[in-house]
Amino acid sequence: MTTMTDPPKASFQLSMLIYDTRYRSYTFQFIALALLIALMAFLGVNLVKNLAEQGQNISYSFLGEPAGYDINQRPIEYDSQSSHMRAALVGMINTLIVAFLGCITATIFGVTAGILRLSPNWLVRKLMAIYVEAFRNVPVLIWILIIFTIMTAVLPAPNAFRGENPASSMFLDAAAFTNRGVYIPSPIWGSGSLVVVLTFLASVFGVFYYRRYATKLLYDTGRLLPMGWPSLAILVLPTLIIFFALGQPISLDYPALKGFNFQGGLHIRGSLIALWFALAIYTGAFIAENVRAGIQAVSKGQTEAAASLGLRPKRIMNLVILPQALRVIIPPLISQYLNLTKNSSLAIAVGYMDLTGTLGGITLNQTGRAIEAVLLLMLFYLTISLAISAVMNVYNNSMKLKER
Amino acid sequence: MSREQLGFVRTEMLPESPPPLAATGLVKWLRENLFSSPANSLLTVVSVLVVYQIVTSAAPWFFNGIWDSPSLTACREILGGKVGGCFAVLTERWNQLLFGFKYPSDLYWRPGLAFVLLFVAAAPLLFGKIFPRKMLIFTGLYPFIAFWLIWGGPVSTPVFALLGVLFGAFVYSKMVKTSAGIAVIVSFIAALVFWIASGYLSGPFANVMALEAIPSRDMGGFMINLMLGVICVSLSIPLGILLALGRQSSMPIIKWICVVFIEFIRGVPLITLLFVANVVLAYFLPPGTNFDLILRVIIMITMFSSAYIAEVIRGGLAALPRGQYEAGDSLGLDYAQSMQLIILPQALKISIPGIVNVAVGLFKDTTLVSVISMFDIVGMIRGPILSSSEWNGVYWELFGFAVVLFFITCYGISQYSQWLERQLRTDHR
Amino acid sequence: MKKTVFLGALTLAGLAAGAAAAGTLDDVKARGKLNCGVTTGLVGFAAPDANGVWEGFDVGVCRAVAAAVLGDATAVEFVPTTGKTRFTALASGEIDLLARNTTWTFSRDTDLKFDFVGVNYYDGQGFMVPKALGVTSAKDLNGATVCIQTGTTTELNLADFFRKNNMEYEPVPIETNAEGQQQYLAGACDTYTTDASGLASTRAAFENPTDHVILPEIISKEPLGPLVRHGDNEWGDIARWTLNALIAAEEMGITSANVAELGAAAGGSPEVNRILGTEGNLGEMIGLDAQWAMRAIAAGGNYGELFEKNIGEKTPIGLARGLNAQWTEGGILYTPPFR
Repeated sequence: MTTMTDPPKASFQLSMLIYDTRYRSYTFQFIALALLIALMAFLGVNLVKNLAEQGQNISYSFLGEPAGYDINQRPIEYDSQSSHMRAALVGMINTLIVAFLGCITATIFGVTAGILRLSPNWLVRKLMAIYVEAFRNVPVLIWILIIFTIMTAVLPAPNAFRGENPASSMFLDAAAFTNRGVYIPSPIWGSGSLVVVLTFLASVFGVFYYRRYATKLLYDTGRLLPMGWPSLAILVLPTLIIFFALGQPISLDYPALKGFNFQGGLHIRGSLIALWFALAIYTGAFIAENVRAGIQAVSKGQTEAAASLGLRPKRIMNLVILPQALRVIIPPLISQYLNLTKNSSLAIAVGYMDLTGTLGGITLNQTGRAIEAVLLLMLFYLTISLAISAVMNVYNNSMKLKER
Repeated sequence: MSREQLGFVRTEMLPESPPPLAATGLVKWLRENLFSSPANSLLTVVSVLVVYQIVTSAAPWFFNGIWDSPSLTACREILGGKVGGCFAVLTERWNQLLFGFKYPSDLYWRPGLAFVLLFVAAAPLLFGKIFPRKMLIFTGLYPFIAFWLIWGGPVSTPVFALLGVLFGAFVYSKMVKTSAGIAVIVSFIAALVFWIASGYLSGPFANVMALEAIPSRDMGGFMINLMLGVICVSLSIPLGILLALGRQSSMPIIKWICVVFIEFIRGVPLITLLFVANVVLAYFLPPGTNFDLILRVIIMITMFSSAYIAEVIRGGLAALPRGQYEAGDSLGLDYAQSMQLIILPQALKISIPGIVNVAVGLFKDTTLVSVISMFDIVGMIRGPILSSSEWNGVYWELFGFAVVLFFITCYGISQYSQWLERQLRTDHR
Repeated sequence: MKKTVFLGALTLAGLAAGAAAAGTLDDVKARGKLNCGVTTGLVGFAAPDANGVWEGFDVGVCRAVAAAVLGDATAVEFVPTTGKTRFTALASGEIDLLARNTTWTFSRDTDLKFDFVGVNYYDGQGFMVPKALGVTSAKDLNGATVCIQTGTTTELNLADFFRKNNMEYEPVPIETNAEGQQQYLAGACDTYTTDASGLASTRAAFENPTDHVILPEIISKEPLGPLVRHGDNEWGDIARWTLNALIAAEEMGITSANVAELGAAAGGSPEVNRILGTEGNLGEMIGLDAQWAMRAIAAGGNYGELFEKNIGEKTPIGLARGLNAQWTEGGILYTPPFR
């Protein structure tokens, strides 16, 4: 009787690197590593040679030099004497602005369309199907250009608002839709406005607290407190009272036609609107599909079980279907956000000054530092992507079904 | 009790009365589908209004359209203030929209023929049950035929390329017994050597069956979108499989190379990769090398899509039950065999919808090349056509045309993928 | 480079090209074509006509160089470039010559390592406004929305101009001239600014050119000229002296009509003889044959002819010679002597 033993340990031979599966993986990894290093060396040597031939170098000192150009949408202080670094920063913030606005709007569009695609209403269902198919199957660049064309070629020029009998007039005397963008009133923060804002924030918390309290009361004692109008009252009344008590510290700055353009108010440029809405509608179509798939992934038995417990359709949706569907919907939703952020780099097609427009556009052109600029550009997007992926991983882990 | 005492006794069955009007036919359908609740009725009314608005504003524009006029001014004159589209821009510039403004017009038949043959080549791949397997031979030959048709030049170029591939395949089949991985590497080197050698041989064949050579710079329009889409997707599927297998591999170095590559490419927007193709790549090539812009773009887009396809296929690999891998091992199959015979056929089948999604997305993304001054269909519209003095201001007709072209293609592909999904469903039939 | 197998080209290019990095002149001769970078379309300077044939003033320079070097004015491959791609295309060797309304500036000449071979058009940045706006001076543009092509010197000049005059403006960045034109016509900006010649050319393509005026202020110096890579002086010389030959030809009265006749035999004027190669060995010095300049002039005519045909007063673009007249006629075109 023999016990099982390992195969006899043969002494190592060179041919085993190819024929012996135990060692072969080392051969492959060595080859792969060698190839990688060779490739890197090849590219690196070429880079050095090319740069030497053209008498150039890799240097990031251009970031500190004055940019020399102006940017129309400046969320932070910037003028043509600021550095290229500052211009890049403006671009980054602009990218984040359009990505943020786009994600929120896309979610609204997507969730609405996704739920309506399952509506009992035949017509609405068909319309939503048309929306989803039309936008999913046509490049987002074309949609951006189409909406941009609507913004610039269809809306009236500020000139049309001029004169005794203008061809166009402002909406409610407060907002102007021109081919240079939309002008809406912006708030002026007077003294004491901070108190108003704080009150409002406090009321928001108050509403949450009230609703939680009401729910708890319902579960504990069975007493049903009204939810709707008290929430609204808590939200609005204190703020209004403080607002008037302090003598209306917040007023509105209305846009008015002065000189060539409207002055005052908040100017939302056509390029931002085009990019924002095109991305939102396009991504919304994808989100709609995710939402629909998520809801359909909840088995029909769940709906029927809930219905047999006597829940009304709206409650079935809120209490049974959505919590389960969200688990399916959210991961693809986040990757859609990621796509939207990356697609926002198409800003360059409509002249929206995001990072691709400043660092990857004008700075690159003016300084000729192509390698450095493109590298920084990639790093920025890579950082955002990895950050979003990290968030997604955390979420996925926390939502993992805890099965016993 | 006699019968007389009762007022009335029914002796025969009543005929079935028709269901109430509200529960039958059109009315029932309307009630159930459009007016089931007040909220639904409101939605219906709003939708009808929206549809009505769109139709009444678009229909005259479409039906009053002018299909024959030399310029926008002339077209507006013909319309005389009526609402109508100037579709004449399409009839006049269709060739530029489809082929770009420099492709010789007497040679349009070449890309046209290549396009038609694409369907012949794709048919056995797409509808394997209907078309004979022998047609796959033509599919294999198609890339070389299409290259010859579109770019022109002597026939020896694609023939040598084909021979190189066959030579590589021959070497692979000889080596595969030893180790599939090594066979892949060696056969690749063999093909490469063959190609380089054939480069020196091609001199005498320079005029054999030579079609007029068209530099890729002269191509444009929708043709570029189609070419980039087809070429890059077909190149990136094998690359994507390799990357996916590499990422699943137990060899740490190979795994990490693949992971870094995939995550890097997926983390940056395509447009930055196109910038690389356009303005940076030249720095990393030997001095004096000069690729076509198209070739550089093909390389970058292929890298881009292969990373996405790799992730799709990885999903397919991960979805396979562990038992399948173990079954392969227990049969004594080595890595290459078990992948080829057991794992990949199943994993690829699961991945098909995902791959098609990536392909459709990629095809749409080919319009981005217009940003780096290539004249694809969007580039043609924004550049030469809209800036010409004849057609300055014709937006909707041109964009509409592009939208229709892309919609037909992408919708067609996604419908196909859904059909295929139903075909491949092997569970509960 | 020899055309090789499609995929093989990938590797071959890497292997073969690493070995030989000959001069641009040899490359061009071996290729049999001149790769010339031009705009993506600016009527009068460089734009494809309805048949896809490139025409224009800058195109004329490309054709003259091709004629001088290769003996065939049509042996040019025109590469459309944008403000962003033009310098990379030249630096990477994708094009041999960039003739694309590029302003000669210090940093482009030194930092970006290019050689400007001369000036073929003395220009300056101007503003175009619709007549209906009622603006007569650029100083009135405070608060205006300005369409501006990105990646150009005009962008920097604009910022300087408004800063110097303490004025506000709203820039609308655009990529190509075509887009600028569309935005401006749609009224998305009050004024469009670029080189005055470019404005004239853009205006010429409008439906109603007379509805728009170009303001009198010229806010910058924009010497536009062809450029080559730094370091290849032989090639730079050829481009420089081809341009000079076109300018000198106008001064000497050599036209495309009489160039064949004048070049047939040595005539009375020694400099004409030297240019046309009937006397001396200028062609040899530059590495070409004796008839190089003759071919360059015959290709599209002398400087004056090119100007009149493409952008002169009789064309829709309607530019006056102005600064770009010969020095003998009050302009500043002045070539070094052919000697």
